[in-house]
Amino acid sequence: MKKHLELSQVGISFPTPKGPFVALQNVNLSIAKGEIISLIGHSGCGKSTVLNIIAGLLKATEGGVILNQKEVNEPGPERAVVFQHHSLLPWLSVYENVALAVRQVFSGKMTKPQMQQWIEHNLALVQMSHARDKKPSEISGGMKQRVGIARALAMQPQVLLMDEPFGALDALTRAHLQDSVQQIQAELGNTVILITHDVDEAVLLSDRIVMMTNGPAATVGEVLQIDLPRPRDRLALADCAKYNHYRHQVLSFLYEKQRKIEPLPVTKNNQNKPQAKALAEARV
Amino acid sequence: MIIQLKNQLQVKTAAVWQSKLRETLRQGSLTLAGLTIFVLCWATLAANLHTSLGQFPGPAVVAGQLKALVAEHQAEQLREQLFYQRQHERLTNNPAAVARPYNGRPTFFSQIQTSLQTVLSGFLLASLLAIPAGILIGLSPLSYSAVNPLIQLLKPVSPLAWLPLITIVVSASYPTDGMFSRSYLVSVFTVALCSLWPTLINTIVGVSQVPADLQNVSKVLRLNWYRHVRAIVLPSAVPMIFTGLRLSLGIAWMVLIAAEMLAQNPGLGKFVWDEFQNGSSDSLARICVAVGVIGFIGLILDRLMLALQKAVSWDKSVQLR
Repeated sequence: MKKHLELSQVGISFPTPKGPFVALQNVNLSIAKGEIISLIGHSGCGKSTVLNIIAGLLKATEGGVILNQKEVNEPGPERAVVFQHHSLLPWLSVYENVALAVRQVFSGKMTKPQMQQWIEHNLALVQMSHARDKKPSEISGGMKQRVGIARALAMQPQVLLMDEPFGALDALTRAHLQDSVQQIQAELGNTVILITHDVDEAVLLSDRIVMMTNGPAATVGEVLQIDLPRPRDRLALADCAKYNHYRHQVLSFLYEKQRKIEPLPVTKNNQNKPQAKALAEARV
Repeated sequence: MIIQLKNQLQVKTAAVWQSKLRETLRQGSLTLAGLTIFVLCWATLAANLHTSLGQFPGPAVVAGQLKALVAEHQAEQLREQLFYQRQHERLTNNPAAVARPYNGRPTFFSQIQTSLQTVLSGFLLASLLAIPAGILIGLSPLSYSAVNPLIQLLKPVSPLAWLPLITIVVSASYPTDGMFSRSYLVSVFTVALCSLWPTLINTIVGVSQVPADLQNVSKVLRLNWYRHVRAIVLPSAVPMIFTGLRLSLGIAWMVLIAAEMLAQNPGLGKFVWDEFQNGSSDSLARICVAVGVIGFIGLILDRLMLALQKAVSWDKSVQLR
């Protein structure tokens, strides 16, 4: 297997008044071209940190990331990010949001009509052509996330990084977008790294599931290979023994091996009180 | 079926119109009630207030003076017209004669015009200084830390304190026969210096508070400095910048009147001061007219800025008022 994206001994620590806080250590991962990988783990385990290091938005304090024999040390469009909260520019239309990325990445390589066509193509890919002139505030959350995906795809990235892309969506919209992502990936063959909280989503979409241990000093706990034929159909899989076996394995990792008692739900009243925070942390 | 739907729709739009009409009527009648109470209080107080210049003017006297001021303005305009007519005749009869500009007394309305021109020049100058400076300072936390104490120090300085300095500097460095009159420049600089702070501070805040998500988009796209500012920072800061501009214009108008009064620069402030010095029996009523007009113009300027602010603000969820 030719190495495409490789994380070796990646670790990161943040300085705090009480000395350095090690958030992540010894993360080793080798990802092949066209693979779909999901990162799963409890909140606070550093999944987003791993993704941000690959994106170049955070710098690893130990180890490093290599993409196609080149070290990653700054962000760039070849590692496009689909952000958790869509991050569309609210003052631009859907079309203009994608156009900003296309103009930046392909200026000089494409003519104006070619760019226009490429923008339209990517909007069509996520089925958003009908809303091309709408502002983000005028479309639903699911549609915004689609545009975010279109913007990322339009950069023609080697790696598509998705940070809980469907976390804020309702179950039906989420299922719909998961199918879209599967389809688009089958068509384009991008390497995808996806952060998720959702066990079903992880099993449905991934070639491999990377399960992370709880922080501090979080690292890769187990890696689960998912050998299910593609295209995968959620209805058929619901009764598939293999699918349920994988699902069970992820669940047992999350709820037996890496059991985590969630802190008291932080309400508006005690959110800012240090005692409440300390109490919540003490319970973890 | 379709007719039924259509009827329903018509009933619905009629209902919407009715509720809108009711709301407007309610608001209008409340405004009217407030005004009536104010005028009544004013009339009673004025009737019982005796000053060295006679009875304090009530609403009726002030309205009379407004009419008188309009009449004076019209008379002055007529005089000017006649002057140019005579000059035209003289020039056609005798081509060697020298043409002179009309040199009449400024009326109340020409003072309004002067004040408006001055305030807009000062405001424009302030904006041209404050917006670019705010962007540069807001983009760099270092320069923000360096400049912030200075801004906080200069912001509360009263226009009356700046005025002597500006007057001296302008008369030392600007020729008397320049394109602009010195008094105009003094007013403009005073207005600019006092009104640039809200725009500057709001621009800095707007620029430095670009959401982290959007900053990350810019990083992933590897936008260069110029495109980052153009495509991400500026549009994101526009609502804040316009909030600052609106505050600045309000301050500019207030400062201008004070500056004109103190420095004897032409404009509404000078009109008020002249009437005060004049001390005739009409003076108080004329000053009352000026106060009303100053307030009204301030209100109009603010409404205009609000309309502009609404037009450029992309964040339609924020209610601007």
